[in-house]
Amino acid sequence: MYSYEQEVTEQTDNVVHMNVGPSHPAMHGTLRVKMEVQGERILRADQEIGFLHTGFEKLGEHRTYNQFITLSDRLNYFSPLNNNIGFALAVEELIGLETPRRCHVIRTILSEMSRLADHSLCVGAMAMDLGAFTSILWTFVEREKLYDVFEAVTGTRLTTSYARVGGLAFDLPADFEKRVTAILDSMEKTVDKLRGSFYKNRIFLDRVEGVGVISKEDALSYGITGPMARASGVEYDLRKFKPYLIYDELDFDVPTYSEGDCLARYKVRLDEMDQSIRLVRQAMKRLEPGPISAQDQKHALPDKLSTYTDMESLIHHFKMVMPGPDHGINPPVTDLYSATESPNGELGWHLVSDGGSNPWRVRVRPPSFINYPIFGKLMEGAMLADVVAMLASFNVIAGELDR
Amino acid sequence: MLVYRKENLSTLAAKVEGAFGDRLLGKEEKTLYVQFSVKAADAKSLIRFLKDSPELGFTYFIDCCGVDYLKYPRPMPERFAVVTTLLSPALGVKVQVRAFVPASGNGSAPARIDSNADLFAGANWTEREIFDLYGIEFTGHPDMRRILMPDDYEGHPLRKDYPLRGRGERGAFPVYHAIPADQAPKD
Repeated sequence: MYSYEQEVTEQTDNVVHMNVGPSHPAMHGTLRVKMEVQGERILRADQEIGFLHTGFEKLGEHRTYNQFITLSDRLNYFSPLNNNIGFALAVEELIGLETPRRCHVIRTILSEMSRLADHSLCVGAMAMDLGAFTSILWTFVEREKLYDVFEAVTGTRLTTSYARVGGLAFDLPADFEKRVTAILDSMEKTVDKLRGSFYKNRIFLDRVEGVGVISKEDALSYGITGPMARASGVEYDLRKFKPYLIYDELDFDVPTYSEGDCLARYKVRLDEMDQSIRLVRQAMKRLEPGPISAQDQKHALPDKLSTYTDMESLIHHFKMVMPGPDHGINPPVTDLYSATESPNGELGWHLVSDGGSNPWRVRVRPPSFINYPIFGKLMEGAMLADVVAMLASFNVIAGELDR
Repeated sequence: MLVYRKENLSTLAAKVEGAFGDRLLGKEEKTLYVQFSVKAADAKSLIRFLKDSPELGFTYFIDCCGVDYLKYPRPMPERFAVVTTLLSPALGVKVQVRAFVPASGNGSAPARIDSNADLFAGANWTEREIFDLYGIEFTGHPDMRRILMPDDYEGHPLRKDYPLRGRGERGAFPVYHAIPADQAPKD
């Protein structure tokens, strides 16, 4: 067993022990890899994680369900809205709470916009890691436009904390549809521009084609989900597996490739961006006026504005947020595994409730943590330069990897 | 495309009950999956049965996590649970195996359960995480090291008897001073 703690005792046959990270530009976030390199060939490698361990799961046991939404922002910080919405859906499933139609539509639109933001950064950064700096500038412009809309909707750019158990924090701004339509048009052009620049680019293809191949069997055994699994021929997408929100009404495809290499993972993400644009356009047509939160005095928060003017709403608000056994959401004493499709794959929540206002256990099944271990296997026998390409195609986010 | 097929939940429940009837501690049908509760000693054989049985074919590893039921309001068979979630591409349903692991006695051997790392490669890291945060050891695991906490860390933070703010470890970490503390400027 090769381990990063292993002492370097002797140097034989030009074997060099090489350490990369945890603070290194090619290591996205705080990842550390120690390799045994002969020439440019990696003989053995070991990964170390945990440098960004924050203890969200422990903290979650000491916070109420709605307070955990602010922690979920910090998991995958490139698509915080997906985490917010996924957690709210899991708690709603636990307590059996129905949310209004408008809430479903808004959540679908924002999930897909968040997926666009996450994928656009990943595809941009992947080409940048391989030396094509232009692409990240293109995608950053698009991501910036998306973040402007997120700021208009949620009030913040990164830590959105937008979803609530039983609804949403507040309604959409007035010019939302106009702004989003303009973004989708330019986003579509950027995706086409990326295809035109990289699909026939010999320099790019040489670095990614046939590199880091994950077989379908390995993908199943390691539990890989999301774009990485779909690049290896695993046709698994939770939006199709058991449609949640309004995905069953919308017409979209799930792009899959069978090659399983870095290029396939790049292509899946670009194709998914096309599908997300399609989904947002369709969902936008279903946006109708109505309430955004469930009218459930026991489980959902009241409309925030009405708490300033209306005594009953204020009492309701305090009953929901005050600490103590009689306050807050008190789900049945049970446990539940609920999952949604986040940009990186299956984002699962294993919630255990003791009937109190705080969860007994919040297990986050982060896609990055389950997707990352195979990196060690792929590195062995690979070329040193391929490590950068492979890691970039994984889109590992340290926030949800270490939690 | 993998699609959820509700009708297979009852098929799955019947198959497992037929093979493991007397060894199941509990069975609960949820919205998307069936949860079976077993003793720690039976967990591995049930997971192997779920994976290798040709009609079931639970070959897709989804998750493995630990739960500490210390002072849980409802009586539980044992203190710890190791919950494994699997998906069957053939049946289109998920399954959850909740294995109850007894807590270690006073100073005796730690809580133990068989490792599934030889059945599912994905179980390797998730089991290391459970070992790290709950102190449950996995017999037969190829690489039982801490994964999230530092290697010299004492204690298992996700246990219910571990305080939220820790036991003073944060202040005890060695700190590197570029300028020795006594020579640093006062302001």
